Amino acid sequence: MSENTVNEPVTAKRVNPRLENYKMIWKRLKKNKAALIGGYLIIFFILVAVFGPYLLSQFGQYGPYQQNLLNKLQGPSAEHWFGTDNFGRDIFTRIIHGMELTLWIGFLSVLIGMIIGVPLGIISGYYGGRIDNIIMRVMDVLLAFPGILLALAIVSVLGGSLQNVIIAVGIFSIPAFARIVRGSTLSVRKLEYIDAVRALGASDFRIIFKHILPNVMSPIIVQATLRIATAVLTASGLSFLGLGAQPPMPEWGAMLSAGRTYMYEAWHVAFFPGAMIVLVVLAFNIFGDGIRDALDPKMKQ
Amino acid sequence: MAKKELLKVENLKQYFPIKGGFLGRTVNYVKAVDDISFTVYEGETVSIVGESGCGKSTTGRAILRLDEPTEGVVSFEGTDLTTLSRSEMRRKRKDLQIIFQDPYASINPRQIVSAVIEEAMHIQNAVPKEKRRERIEELLQTVGLQPYQADRYPHEFSGGQRQRIGIARALSVNPKLIICDEAVSALDVSIQAQVLNLLEELQDEFGLTYLFISHDLGVVRHISDRIIVMYLGKIMEISDKKSLFENPQHPYTKALLSAIPVPDPDKKKERIMLKGDVPSPIDPPTGCRFHTRCPYATEKCVTDVPELRTLPHMKEGHQASCHYIEEIHSGEMQPRDYSEKTKIKA
Repeated sequence: MSENTVNEPVTAKRVNPRLENYKMIWKRLKKNKAALIGGYLIIFFILVAVFGPYLLSQFGQYGPYQQNLLNKLQGPSAEHWFGTDNFGRDIFTRIIHGMELTLWIGFLSVLIGMIIGVPLGIISGYYGGRIDNIIMRVMDVLLAFPGILLALAIVSVLGGSLQNVIIAVGIFSIPAFARIVRGSTLSVRKLEYIDAVRALGASDFRIIFKHILPNVMSPIIVQATLRIATAVLTASGLSFLGLGAQPPMPEWGAMLSAGRTYMYEAWHVAFFPGAMIVLVVLAFNIFGDGIRDALDPKMKQ
Repeated sequence: MAKKELLKVENLKQYFPIKGGFLGRTVNYVKAVDDISFTVYEGETVSIVGESGCGKSTTGRAILRLDEPTEGVVSFEGTDLTTLSRSEMRRKRKDLQIIFQDPYASINPRQIVSAVIEEAMHIQNAVPKEKRRERIEELLQTVGLQPYQADRYPHEFSGGQRQRIGIARALSVNPKLIICDEAVSALDVSIQAQVLNLLEELQDEFGLTYLFISHDLGVVRHISDRIIVMYLGKIMEISDKKSLFENPQHPYTKALLSAIPVPDPDKKKERIMLKGDVPSPIDPPTGCRFHTRCPYATEKCVTDVPELRTLPHMKEGHQASCHYIEEIHSGEMQPRDYSEKTKIKA
């Protein structure tokens, strides 16, 4: 049998397909300039959220809650980069402190959606039949509401607080994850090697976590990135309506809401929080789009 | 010679529901396997042949309960597999393994070879942890691979080598019966021969029993002891290899065998051409399933379902399900000419 007697070339390059795959994804991502900018912005935002408040406390003169009524509604200047609000608080300081809140809301609510949505999707796709029907019909009900309306309803039931906003946004992220994961699970489940491990006597648990989950990871990652943008937007919207973060908190939606009263005299009070929301949402969106293109197998030559 | 029954399939049925309508009610069934019975004895190789869609793969999957069979008894060493609970069945899977058709799809591309085999051992706890590595290398050598290849990924192997990995995985739990579902069909001919030889060597070495599912008569002739011919979910003929190839009784088997090319240009060969397509298994023909295409079919074939039977001129263990075995054998009945038939109709 000739194929067995071939000697191992000493210099044979060992290729780990997983590593190779990551390299491939990175290569494709690098080609997409917009996605790269989005990615760098996200990294920058995270750094700001982590170190910003500390740096401000070391080098800045203002605290996020520090009022100075004599100095209220000042325009942007060297003193106050983004100006001051109606209580004379430094908007720049508040925005930096708000970054942490915004990212927390985004990541945490998407995490909640993922933790509940992904298992539901896998169970639905893997078992099929009646369970699938029940789960997916419930998801359809959730999807039938416009996202913000559903979040609004949940928050009004739970009561307005930042924590409840996170829960509400998390709940309305569930169906998106469940659907996408179900679809991918359906296609992976049909693969022959799933049958092979089943024939070996593997438990459903093992098949799902060792063989199906790794194969449905890329759509989950893409969905999570894009969902963070939606979550940030929805949470800001809820805070804007007064259902989320409560007044002194430097939450951007709440700041935007407070600033809109002074739109004519002091545009900057509403402008900077609004611009930051746009920037964060945009960064996650373009990065998510880039990741989707990079992970999409159809793009492979 | 007292042969021990290893696998006994009785009245196995596998119907797949077709959902339709507004509420997704079951409107009909695809009768992929319809009431078949056969026995596999220890140490032998039984092949199931038939054209695509005849239910041969479905039979294999139903035996392993990869798809739950609709009805019937599958006794393996006396225990009915269909009544076992899921966890009992999981333990039983140690004894029954399967090798798949597509060597590219049947191994998880994210696992290295040793992980693939290790997982099999881990699931069935077939080998103690410390000895697994040793056993993996031993298995790889058994199937004709080298131990140093254990830490490679599937994509680094050729199709034939991957099929060997599949075989090693099946062997790792020390099974008694291996179902080879078109195990060599995806390989090219030279590799097919290698893998078939390997399967034969392994059979001698480990006393394995094979249920070999294939559409390739050449392969089947090479490897089988006994052959089951299936058509549209039914068994047409069961026989040992020799009498099936030399003395086929069922008209379908005759037609099937006449399709084997003879490597001799001078030898004129009569090819029995079947007209038409295989009917749909959703609404299979009444009576004998083959009557729509059979050159001998009569009224009786349309109404009565033939039983598998053995006649005096046939060897023991040779069974065919046709109403007219004697008549065809004695030459009393001649195949109808299709052109004539169409003439009559016109």
